[in-house]
Amino acid sequence: MAETKYHDNRLGIWGWFAGGRWGPERYAYTLHRITGLAVLCYFLMHIVVTSLRAKGIYLWEDGEFLHQPIFLVGEFLVFAAFAYHAFNGLRLVLIEFGWAVGKAEDPVYPYKSSLNKQRPLLALMMLAAAMVIALGAQEFIHALGGMH
Amino acid sequence: MNESSKWTIHMLAGLLIFLLLGMHMGIMHLSGFKADLGVADGAESAVSKDNSLARDANPLFTATYIVLLAVALYHGLYGLKNILCELGLKEGLQKTIGVLLLLLGLGLFGLGTWAAITVHLTAAGNA
Repeated sequence: MAETKYHDNRLGIWGWFAGGRWGPERYAYTLHRITGLAVLCYFLMHIVVTSLRAKGIYLWEDGEFLHQPIFLVGEFLVFAAFAYHAFNGLRLVLIEFGWAVGKAEDPVYPYKSSLNKQRPLLALMMLAAAMVIALGAQEFIHALGGMH
Repeated sequence: MNESSKWTIHMLAGLLIFLLLGMHMGIMHLSGFKADLGVADGAESAVSKDNSLARDANPLFTATYIVLLAVALYHGLYGLKNILCELGLKEGLQKTIGVLLLLLGLGLFGLGTWAAITVHLTAAGNA
């Protein structure tokens, strides 16, 4: 009898990016994690920086350390990450609570899967995120122009 | 509290953040949105010291900041803990990470709450 081979099923962080023939939902998941970590990093620093105003220190004011184009560009990236994470997160919550997976049906050919409901929702949420990001980009470009 | 309850709170916190942080981002970065709400002088940046102090003087904003701080810290740090624990760490290390993130969260919540209340009292006194 042939010996059974076992493979380590844990791909770790590599598994976020590759490891199989994955659909767009898998890459939405990867981007959800990356944007979540990015927003968290910013948020932890944001708490400290904004708390300094209790001591009368406003580091983002004109002439202060954070009032530089590079930080404004970074802020826009955080804004875009938030928009993506928020709309994709809303999709995930709708699916998790069973509100966006469709009703159970008899398995009649041609078979339908819950993906028929989920994928249009993914497209809709990505469209919403893209619209918010575009609106934000307009504002950030305007603010960047006003810095010089 | 079991993991299922923690995960449900994580999702509910996410929904609350969607609303509160969505408003925060709108006020800070979308001029049409902040003008509609009347929360920032249109001629000046929403993040200017004057506009910042005007919002801090409003108890509704202070309360919102504290609620957002609590739910966002929970959502973010619990999410980070899940990502780290999924890497197949040993149970003892997972518990240590959980305790460290809890302490970090409590510390930052204390700092942010203190700052929000201090600035509110100062701004409201000067208004």
